[in-house]
Amino acid sequence: MKRITLLGALLLGAGLAFSPPAAAQGSGSATIDTIKSRGQLVCGVSTGVAGFSLADSKGVTQGIDADTCRAVAAAILGDANKVRFVPTTTTNRFTALQSGELDMLVRSTTWTLGREGNLGLLFAGVNFYDGTGFLVKSAAGVKSVKDLDGATICVQPGTSTELAIADYFRLNKLKFTPVLIQDLAEIQNTYLAGRCDSYSTDASGLASFRFQQGPKAEEHVLLPEIISKEPLGMMVRKGDDKFFDLVRWTLFAMIQAEESGVSSKNIDEMLKSTNPDIRRLVGTEGDLGKALGVDNRWAVNVIRGVGNYGEMWDRTVAPLGNPRGINNLWNKGGLHYPPPIR
Amino acid sequence: MSGAVVDPRLSPARAAPKKGLSLSWSDPRFRNIVWQVVILGAVAAVVWYLVQNTSRNLAARRIATGFAFLGRTAGIPIGESLIGYDPAINTYGRALLIGLLNTLKVAVVGVVLATVWGTVLGVARLSKNWLISRLAAVYVEVIRDVPLLLQLLFWYLVLQGLPAPRNSFHPVAGVFLSNRGIKIPVVEWEGPFWWALAAFVVGIIGTVAWSRTATRLQETTGVRPKVWPVAIGFLVGFPLLVWGALGAPFAVEMPALRGFNFTGGATVTPEYAALTLGLVVYTASYIAEIVRSGILAVPTGQWEAGGAIGLRPGTVLRKIVLPQALRVIIPPMTSQYLNLTKNSSLAVAIGYQDVVSIASTTLNQTGQAIEGIAAIMVVYLVISLSISFLMNWYNARIALVER
Repeated sequence: MKRITLLGALLLGAGLAFSPPAAAQGSGSATIDTIKSRGQLVCGVSTGVAGFSLADSKGVTQGIDADTCRAVAAAILGDANKVRFVPTTTTNRFTALQSGELDMLVRSTTWTLGREGNLGLLFAGVNFYDGTGFLVKSAAGVKSVKDLDGATICVQPGTSTELAIADYFRLNKLKFTPVLIQDLAEIQNTYLAGRCDSYSTDASGLASFRFQQGPKAEEHVLLPEIISKEPLGMMVRKGDDKFFDLVRWTLFAMIQAEESGVSSKNIDEMLKSTNPDIRRLVGTEGDLGKALGVDNRWAVNVIRGVGNYGEMWDRTVAPLGNPRGINNLWNKGGLHYPPPIR
Repeated sequence: MSGAVVDPRLSPARAAPKKGLSLSWSDPRFRNIVWQVVILGAVAAVVWYLVQNTSRNLAARRIATGFAFLGRTAGIPIGESLIGYDPAINTYGRALLIGLLNTLKVAVVGVVLATVWGTVLGVARLSKNWLISRLAAVYVEVIRDVPLLLQLLFWYLVLQGLPAPRNSFHPVAGVFLSNRGIKIPVVEWEGPFWWALAAFVVGIIGTVAWSRTATRLQETTGVRPKVWPVAIGFLVGFPLLVWGALGAPFAVEMPALRGFNFTGGATVTPEYAALTLGLVVYTASYIAEIVRSGILAVPTGQWEAGGAIGLRPGTVLRKIVLPQALRVIIPPMTSQYLNLTKNSSLAVAIGYQDVVSIASTTLNQTGQAIEGIAAIMVVYLVISLSISFLMNWYNARIALVER
């Protein structure tokens, strides 16, 4: 993993050193053109988190992050399967995107000011609202994070989680010893081996890790406290506004589809709908797709290929025991509020 | 036409150059200078172009640049450090310094232990005892052939297999072995210890001085006065005397199980232990072969000749065989030391926070990949050059003095 990070950084260095200055690159969406000519979207995902991006028994990457990539591929190329997934670690993900190795990154990455300000990258939206949680062994009898004073905590370096824990423990005058390992499988094994009292990452990641334990899931408890806001989303490079728009509105279209009752099952009937909101969404009225630089039926392709946001949720993260909670639509007590598609 | 063959050293083209540099293309010295200036200029221009273009592209992509982040509050937690660290107060610069110290902690201990263990193995492989020499040979052949990363993961797994703190293995009072590491009691460090340490340093100087005097006396009188009693007096007696005179404070801090973990005492973390163990076991197998080759490189005739002039075997080893063997051993040993130091960057796989681990977390949190990688390269360059310099100095010291 380390080699990939270093290589990525060197490639970034080399790429920046040898490529002509950005000003000479012209305007418009170079990224969309590249994806079209390549016939494939290159999307960075995790090295394997159930519910987000994990290869199934047939080797197909499944999860909400993977499906977000598929939706963008469907919007641009009309086919949700024209995606090449690139597994990235927490430390090489940004360099991979900066260096142009990836078109976009959907790797349960938290939207923060520091990242948007320093990395030359933009968050195009939030596909999952999350927060830092703690998993402990049931046998330890821990009921709250406050009981973890003096504990050893397993956490991946280079994440916003490690910063959140450091802040929280300091604020509550608690002490902890971190064990920091980059590789996801390795840090999880280290926790299971008993090197750490607790394993901390986004609560959704903990739920999926617990789920993966199968019959042994009962041996682990998720502590009630969620100590930070972790809005996870899609990232693109700065400087290609058209591509940014497209990624952003692809997710909004999926959320709007759920809100308007459009799904992969009824999409053919919806094409005949007289409701102007739905007509604009499916492209039977207006030319909003063209404004984005793609086919006018882009949203139809997205919904056919991946479904609406609710369908995607039910297929990917719901089976892991994640309640919809704040990830519901705005009119159902959640945070997903798509701006009008008009 | 045999008469046409001229010794090249006598040919006019190779004649000693005339004094004064002529600005003529036919003057080889002038040509040399011109070519060197041209090549140096080209290299400088390429470097300048790369740096300029990189910074222009970084600016165009609004990626932060520069080393200002070193002064910013780090916020990243660090598992073990030799100096105090609080993520809420200390900076990325200090975090990287901790990483550097952690790397040195592995490198220094690793080099010493690997040298000792490797020498034992190398000598063992030459042993006349069949079992010992076979065992050493099997060790070397097996360990050399298994990738280091796998060995590190193996040791880490083994150390994680130790029992939990509550059921820790407890061989002697104050020592606990658990999957949280090895807890050992520590002596509480007080003022007089510093004085004892100073006395020890003075002792070293005294010992060296006495050793030189002994050599001089031997050269003039032929009788060498004993050095070791004086050395013990200087190195052990004197510091003990100073410590005693200052009240002989001695308090031991014992580790005790409290809450989740042990408090008090010192800890050798599983990460550090696995990394050091892995590096020592692996590098020692190479050092063993170097030591063996060094000893075999000294002809047996040297032993026999030493014996023939009446020297004892110990003296033959120290004064005749070892100095010659070292000349063969030192140069390849230098590269093993460099290898060990650089291989310590595999720490990242098992969660030991060496300089690469902390720098890569830093570059990920700040997004300044180029600066982060540059920092890692500078650190390894400085460490490696220091080791090379020391070893070359030592090599020059023991080299055959040709008169």
